[in-house]
Amino acid sequence: MRHAAALCLLLLAALLVNAARVQVLDAPSLDKNPANRRTVMARYAEPRGDILVDGRPVTGSRDTGQQLRHERTYTEGPLYAPVTGHASQTYGTTLLESTEDPVLSGASPLLTLFPFWHDLSRTRAPGGDVVTTIREPLQRLAYDGLAGRRGAVAAIEPSSGRILALVSSPSYDPGLLSGTGSEVTGAWARLNAAPDKPMLNRAIRQTYPPGSTFKIVTAAAAMDAGIVTDVDAPTDAPEPYVLPGTRTVLPNEATGCDNASLAYAIRWSCNTVLAQLGVKVGLAGMLDAVARFGFNDGSLRIPTAVARSNFDTELTVDRLALSAIGQYDTTATPLQMAMVAAAVANGGEIAYPHLVERTTTSDGDPVTQHVRRTYQHAMRPPTALRLQQLMVDVVEGGSGSNAAIPGARIGGKTGTAQHGVGNVGTPYAWFIGWAQAEGSGRPAIAVAVVVEDASAKREDISGAGSAAPIARSVMEAALLDEARDEARHLAPRKGTVPSIRP
Amino acid sequence: MTATRADAPPPPALRLHKRRGVELSLLVCAVLISVYGYIDVGLARNGAVPPDAAAYGAGLGLLALLAHLAVRLRAPYADPLLLPIAVLLNGLGLVLIYRLDLETPADRAAPAQLIWSTLGVALFIAVIIALIDHRALQGYAYVSVAAALLLLLTPIFFPAVNGAKIWIRVGGFSFQPGEFAKILLAVFFAAYLAANHNALAYTGRRVWRMQFPTGRVLGPVVAVWLLSVGVLVLERDLGTSLLFFGLFVILLYVATGRTGWVAVGLLLAGAGAFVVGGLEPHVNGRVEDWLHPFASIEAGQGPGQLAQSLFAFAAGGMLGTGLGLGDSILIGFAAKSDFILATAGEELGLAGLTAIFLLYALLVARGFSTGLALRDPFGRLLATGLASIPALQVFVIAGGVMGLIPLTGMAMPFLAQGGSSVVTNWIIVALLIRVSDSARAPEPRGAEPGAIVPVTEEVR
Repeated sequence: MRHAAALCLLLLAALLVNAARVQVLDAPSLDKNPANRRTVMARYAEPRGDILVDGRPVTGSRDTGQQLRHERTYTEGPLYAPVTGHASQTYGTTLLESTEDPVLSGASPLLTLFPFWHDLSRTRAPGGDVVTTIREPLQRLAYDGLAGRRGAVAAIEPSSGRILALVSSPSYDPGLLSGTGSEVTGAWARLNAAPDKPMLNRAIRQTYPPGSTFKIVTAAAAMDAGIVTDVDAPTDAPEPYVLPGTRTVLPNEATGCDNASLAYAIRWSCNTVLAQLGVKVGLAGMLDAVARFGFNDGSLRIPTAVARSNFDTELTVDRLALSAIGQYDTTATPLQMAMVAAAVANGGEIAYPHLVERTTTSDGDPVTQHVRRTYQHAMRPPTALRLQQLMVDVVEGGSGSNAAIPGARIGGKTGTAQHGVGNVGTPYAWFIGWAQAEGSGRPAIAVAVVVEDASAKREDISGAGSAAPIARSVMEAALLDEARDEARHLAPRKGTVPSIRP
Repeated sequence: MTATRADAPPPPALRLHKRRGVELSLLVCAVLISVYGYIDVGLARNGAVPPDAAAYGAGLGLLALLAHLAVRLRAPYADPLLLPIAVLLNGLGLVLIYRLDLETPADRAAPAQLIWSTLGVALFIAVIIALIDHRALQGYAYVSVAAALLLLLTPIFFPAVNGAKIWIRVGGFSFQPGEFAKILLAVFFAAYLAANHNALAYTGRRVWRMQFPTGRVLGPVVAVWLLSVGVLVLERDLGTSLLFFGLFVILLYVATGRTGWVAVGLLLAGAGAFVVGGLEPHVNGRVEDWLHPFASIEAGQGPGQLAQSLFAFAAGGMLGTGLGLGDSILIGFAAKSDFILATAGEELGLAGLTAIFLLYALLVARGFSTGLALRDPFGRLLATGLASIPALQVFVIAGGVMGLIPLTGMAMPFLAQGGSSVVTNWIIVALLIRVSDSARAPEPRGAEPGAIVPVTEEVR
């Protein structure tokens, strides 16, 4: 009988050892097993934190009572989709929903006062909020301005790097992808198959040939390199310009470009002058200059990853000439071109562009706060000052005159980008620019607009035709915003805010 | 001769204590722990004490009190630990089932379980009152085995439920007769071996005859082997078959002290399990699941029941998620019955699981020590057999749901949903209390002349 008791003791020991094996030794690997639903269930057990625009949440949560309980909702999905991205039970997260996921989902250890509290208590902090830099009126104007055409708008506050608007068109409602089930998979398949790619974030994830807007970069390179010391002096550029080493003749759309000054060449967008200047700066000098603006940098995070804008590192001289006027293999994201405008407006310095001002706990206590820092010094300050004047000239008496706003200093540059094999694709009309209120010490906004426009056949006129009005309305709203802020600052009483009508 | 006995009775001074006060205070603790668990589930799930917590506590308390009174009046010298352990395990089981009911509002099992528990306690009291001396059962040995066979064979004529033919369904009412057969078989084995252990031990001594044992000696072994294999084949119930055979081997060993019988028994069991495991698809599938619990995941069909069970145990870790906060309902089918231990493991952690195992171990140990203290061989074997049933059952099902051995459908004693099982376990505890009362009473009340106490000295 004692042996029988010993046997039972042995069985008990086996059970206990096995329990320890399963619950302690093997537990980490069992917990991580992809088929174990607990991790993903815990993730959706509590409502997700919100993404805020102008202090108001543009996201929400819907309690479904299902296994993956809380589903993401979006108040204005298509408008903010290039900012928020989607948070789907089925397809994961993108953009801010992805980069800020630890805060939004409550998994971040920063959300709690005591580092290991939630590990010990096996609870999860309520999801924190993400406060964006986006300004609702600017975002809406840009989105409405594109009116469903393929295109994008990126707007930055040059002095701080805050991204004020980030629009991609056509867009989609990320709320369609929240949850599980056949509607979600159906929506996903439909969105992915759509010919105009509504889920593509054109503002930061698509690169376009920048066309003539790139001439600002080449001009800055030429002035910084000392090749142009007087913007009003003739540049010796022949018209037409035969690309070095070839028999290809580079024409101009504008007239009067023969031996024109840099000021004239920027104002009327002379291909010949800027192509020759690019060749004079040389490949090494150009690479140096474009890198200072952010080209060839694949590591930019806003905190969403931004596609790499390209300027080829190995070029023959004739291709260097084409690249210098934004053709050949030169491509840029709309955000990159907004950074070019911001660099000019901000005296040569590019503040690090960012979308997230701060993150907070669900109670509003700060978790992280963006600290302003310099991204690059794109050009020397005197160069920036001269370029500012050249860009103002473009708007006041040149190709970009329909971007002008009374009572403000507006600088701009137009462009048209052909694309497709043999340039058969619908051309993209470009406008980059910046705006500074009269009497204000700093520019209010730098903006880049790219829009696919079937009527954009002719250089410059087209860029001004369809892109410039969108840029104008966004800049106008930014100036109005700034004026309102200033008025509120001077006269804090409510109701006395002077209404400034554009 | 008495001086050379291997198992001397406990010192007389200890045996004079009735220990009913100890039992009562332990019962109060057991009820309070159960009610606390019930309240904890409510607080964790709804942030409020369940409205019927007081009623639940009063009901459980009343059952415990009635059982205690029966023991106090009719078995005053019984072991004071048996009843509190049973009440605590039953109370915990009700809490766990109530907690899982919250996940399946359409299918509530706790009310039925409470009714079955009440019935179990009623039968417990009935056994305590009606059975004055456990030796009375010795006379019913062959009645018992006949009844057991009948109970085991009946479900064959009823349709299989979830792959096993172990249910009798009458209307909406179903129960597993195999559960009751356990007790009857334990009584039969104990009686048969108490009467024949001499012959078994004698023939076992002659090693050269072990190679060609006579049919008379081998008969019962082969009969039980056939019985368990028959259960396995006809009812596809590996667990019950394993339990019967394990019970018989243990009792055979305790009665004769011959390891040779154990070897023969294990050999026969192994051969039977191997053949049936290879041929019978239901049993074969269980073995495959045990060897490769994650095979269905790799096949892209999602985790199987055993994998989900292992996930639940792992999620519990050392301290558990807390009652009401786990996700063991992911196991799905049988989460409240066969896999109830996974809920305990996830929500109470390794700590809670160890405590539950130790409660069972304590129950078994008290049964064995009762057996050691008894002088009549039938009582010794009966106590050992009754204590072995929960021991084997806990090992088979706990080992099964934790991936230690192939999973077999079996109820965790007292914890799991299942009326037949709860009632059976209460009867087992009642019999153990009856036997332990005899063991601990100052005078063996069955010492009247005529009682058969054969060759006590040779019992080990």
